[in-house]
Amino acid sequence: MRTVVVVGHGMVGHRLVEALIGRDVRHEWRIVVLAEESRPAYDRVALSSYVDSWDADALALPAVADDRVELRLGDPCAAIDRRRRRVRTASGQRVSYDALVLATGSAPFVPPVPGHDLAGCYVYRTPEDLDAIRAAAKRAMHSTAAGRRSGVVVGGGLLGLEAAYALRQLGLSPHVVELASWLMPMQVDEGGGALLRRFIEGLGVRVYCGNATKAIEEDRGRLLVRLSDGTELDTDVVVFSTGVRPRDQLAREAKLPLGERGGVLVDDGCRTADEHIWAIGECAAVGGRCYGLVAPGYAMAEVVADRLLGGTATFPGADTSTKLKLLGVDVASFGDAHAKVEGALEVIHNDPVAGRYAKLVVSDDARTLLGGVLVGDAELYGTLRALVGAELPADPGALISPSGSELDAGALPAGAQVCSCHGVTVETITSAVHQQGCTTVPALKACTKAGTGCGSCVPMLKKLLAAQGVEQSKALCEHFAHSRAELFQIVAVTRARTFSELVTKHGTGRGCDICKPAVASILASLSGVLNPGSHILDGEQAALQDTNDHFLANLQRNGTYSVVPRVPGGEITPEKLIVLGEVARDFGLYTKITGGQRIDLFGARVEQLPAIWRRLVDAGFESGHAYGKALRTVKSCVGTDWCRYGVQDSVGLAIALELRYRGLRAPHKVKAAVSGCARECAEARSKDFGVIATEKGWNLYVCGNGGFRPRHADLLVSDVDTETLVRTIDRFLMFYVRTADRLQRTAPWLDEMEGGLDHLRDVIVHDSLGICAELDAAIEAHVAGYSDEWRAVLDDPVKLARFTSFVNAPGVPDPTIEFVQERGQPTPAHRRPGQPVVIAGPKLAAVR
Amino acid sequence: MTAQVQARWTAVCRYDDLIPERGVAALVDGAAVAVFRTHDGQLYALSNLDPFSSASVLSRGIVGDRGGRPTVASPIYKQVFDLTTGICLDDPTVSVPTYPVRLVDGAVEVCSP
Ligand code: SRM
Ligand SMILES: Cc1cc2nc3c(=O)[nH]c(=O)nc-3n(C[C@H](O)[C@H](O)[C@H](O)COP(=O)(O)OP(=O)(O)OC[C@H]3O[C@@H](n4cnc5c(N)ncnc54)[C@H](O)[C@@H]3O)c2cc1C
Ligand code: SF4
Ligand code: FES
Repeated sequence: MRTVVVVGHGMVGHRLVEALIGRDVRHEWRIVVLAEESRPAYDRVALSSYVDSWDADALALPAVADDRVELRLGDPCAAIDRRRRRVRTASGQRVSYDALVLATGSAPFVPPVPGHDLAGCYVYRTPEDLDAIRAAAKRAMHSTAAGRRSGVVVGGGLLGLEAAYALRQLGLSPHVVELASWLMPMQVDEGGGALLRRFIEGLGVRVYCGNATKAIEEDRGRLLVRLSDGTELDTDVVVFSTGVRPRDQLAREAKLPLGERGGVLVDDGCRTADEHIWAIGECAAVGGRCYGLVAPGYAMAEVVADRLLGGTATFPGADTSTKLKLLGVDVASFGDAHAKVEGALEVIHNDPVAGRYAKLVVSDDARTLLGGVLVGDAELYGTLRALVGAELPADPGALISPSGSELDAGALPAGAQVCSCHGVTVETITSAVHQQGCTTVPALKACTKAGTGCGSCVPMLKKLLAAQGVEQSKALCEHFAHSRAELFQIVAVTRARTFSELVTKHGTGRGCDICKPAVASILASLSGVLNPGSHILDGEQAALQDTNDHFLANLQRNGTYSVVPRVPGGEITPEKLIVLGEVARDFGLYTKITGGQRIDLFGARVEQLPAIWRRLVDAGFESGHAYGKALRTVKSCVGTDWCRYGVQDSVGLAIALELRYRGLRAPHKVKAAVSGCARECAEARSKDFGVIATEKGWNLYVCGNGGFRPRHADLLVSDVDTETLVRTIDRFLMFYVRTADRLQRTAPWLDEMEGGLDHLRDVIVHDSLGICAELDAAIEAHVAGYSDEWRAVLDDPVKLARFTSFVNAPGVPDPTIEFVQERGQPTPAHRRPGQPVVIAGPKLAAVR
Repeated sequence: MTAQVQARWTAVCRYDDLIPERGVAALVDGAAVAVFRTHDGQLYALSNLDPFSSASVLSRGIVGDRGGRPTVASPIYKQVFDLTTGICLDDPTVSVPTYPVRLVDGAVEVCSP
């Protein structure tokens, strides 16, 4: 058996191992891999996703389990002895080879600006680099220095923008400095770069193009970055992303020829001047040219695997086309993107309003496609790239004009499922739009059923309509031309007290199931200010409420209701637990522990609700608002009371927060949690607001979401004391209540907010809009005006009278409500037209 | 000989018991009927059974209008029904039975077929 030594276990070295083991059926080779890094090969291309999980194992590439392979981690190759055909490792071991493959990749290039080596300056290539950046970001968050925490990325290419994303995830405000006049100059042209810049800036990244970094200096515990145009940036972290240089040192020292611009010079079989030595991946200069992408590296690995087994494969040249989603922005570049071919013509479609830039490079007779650039919408990439070098099927202008193309539908492929309740795909929606002329969400619902189940996909339907070029109005519904935020302002300013007043003066008709609950919610949110002591079922307001709010309980599929008393922070005494058990038993209710750390009692008929609540209120329970678009729960972990790791009293804080915001009506439900330490047992980062205890105080995260579209919450402020924390949450909630759309959770609210997290922070921490006093007052009014909705009903015979099954037979239960016993508890007997009714547990047959 | 079928009217509640734009359920000859009073004082009666969920709940829906027609939205999956015809405006192949309804001396009466 012969030995091949592979130097470097990166993406390409790993590919060589896989390819050689797979094809070497006669077991000609054993492989020794010498790796500098301490972890086996991982997906460097996906490095930026590391900041989402901080789990390096998630990046690992599938290991090759074969005893022909020996992987030596953390011991780099230090020298090559070509004469003896052996290598020496840093730890002094010697390994002889029959063939040697250099796959050492490249190293980030750091320009020699003064101060480039100060503490706080980093590169972006390995998980360790990111760990170091993260630690620096953490230190910055904890420091007491003045000013916003920020990070400067030097270099506005692909990697630089990814680094900016990572900095943003770490809670720093990112700045990107680029020497060229536009971003990603390698891939896109000036027009595309300009649009890209607008997108990127919209995400809260500051961009400085046409600017060199002149110097980096230490400045009172932070760094100061000086740009060539005189700009000075205060920052906590600097990340260099100014290109890479091939790691060709071993070859250089072994006197192997190098490429003109570096890299181990190889022929098109990837062999160096020494017939026993090969080079592949980013360190190789094939015919003098290096490639900084992984696909050409893989092609080289395949070539060498073939050659080692006696084949004659050659490197086919590489397609440097790329399509990527950078910070959510589509960018694609293919073929001769910069129109370098003689006589090439450029056909451009630029729509800054729609956020779409497309350029095709065509031959001088405008018939052959040579390349192109797409920004904002890269849906056409697949088709166009396949057409490079071929005759165009249509006029190039028509190909890229929005009407002539399939527009970006949030970059979803046609087969992607939009509505999981009804299994409706993007394709079905687009054909409903084009073939059946559906131009509104209700029309789509009627036509495709999408959105008629849980409703979670309705925002996506709106986006798809927009993507199909259907203009969406801000109007709440046919009765109001205003958005919810506008209506909120109208109510706040005109102090309108009733729906009738509002719809007569500012709308048309008599309202519907969209605007009525929305107005009901606005009136309730403002009741502390406008109408202290009022109840959501007072007067005309009662008719506006959704059935859940109308009966202060959650409607279930069979017409019964569920009852959820508040259990602040999930803490409950044995006595109260017993009461819940007794009430459930006495009224025949199904009980379940919810995902919100409390107990849900299901199957109550409407006429039973008052009696159930009488018992609960007498035992000290109050409404849990499970039925309302309001604060739901503030989950807690046990914290310092019991947990050996806890650093703050998370239970105490959770209870205090739940009691403070209980009953606050909002555009959608609001969920929260408090964890006693960074282990995060309360899952606070999946909540609308989540608090995590630190040694010094609390970190506040906002705009997380579980549910349909999960989103991790973003760090808003760190290490604050309890008073500051509560004030910040007050403002956060009231700002959300004021400005969000109807049924918009905090996560999509932030995602759509111009200026994003930084803007939010400016408004509620730095009071940039001068509204904080108002927000504070509104919350104080809410807290002062709170009273239990259920107790108020029990005290009011008029409201109580509505809780009847039949107006002319109040004692008769609804005969359609039937239960079967399942696992010892009552559950609804499912009644579907024409379907069998299950009358008992799963083992018994159904009767018709 | 043909038997003349006599329409039967059942008094279900006082007109004043009805909150404008909010329904009540009533039992009429064993059937659950949803009775509504709209903002202009009109009365409507429909079957209380929501055909989409089979639950007896239409009286608990939100009353309003669509394009000027009075409507109720099912509280379960929110389909909208025309109060005058019982036809579902989101899916016109589906409808619910409607009942004649009248006001006699302050009492609301529903006719069973
Ligand atoms: C009972 C419960 C499930 C359980 O048995 O554990 C539940 C039950 C319902 N959820 Fe939930 N959710 C429950 C915890 C959750 C959680 C977990 C949590 O809160 O920690 C989530 C994910 C977290 C989140 O919201 O970010 C959750 C995400 C949803 C969603 C999707 C929200 C989204 O933003 O995508 C809906 C649909 C909606 O609100 O539009 C929903 C809607 C519902 C509704 C209200 C659907 C409905 O309209 O009938 C269910 C009726 C509750 C009832 O009748 O009492 N439920 N639901 C949980 C009650 C918690 C509580 O004590 O209040
Ligand atoms: C954040 C990021 C995003 C990227 N995104 C993309 C993308 O979207 N598309 C794309 O095509 N490319 C992308 N790239 C580039 C891509 O990762 C590289 O092209 C690819 O990893 C090259 O593989 P390689 O094996 O040649 O080098 P590497 O993956 O760098 O592996 C080389 C390995 O050799 C080791 N080594 C070096 N010297 C020695 C020695 N003397 N002894 C032993 N071991 C040694 C190094 O430690 C390293 O582990 C991205 C890169 C980064 C950093
Ligand atoms: S989050 Fe921390 S304090 Fe709370 S239970 Fe978990 S480990 Fe303990
Ligand atoms: S209604 Fe579309 S996902 Fe539920």
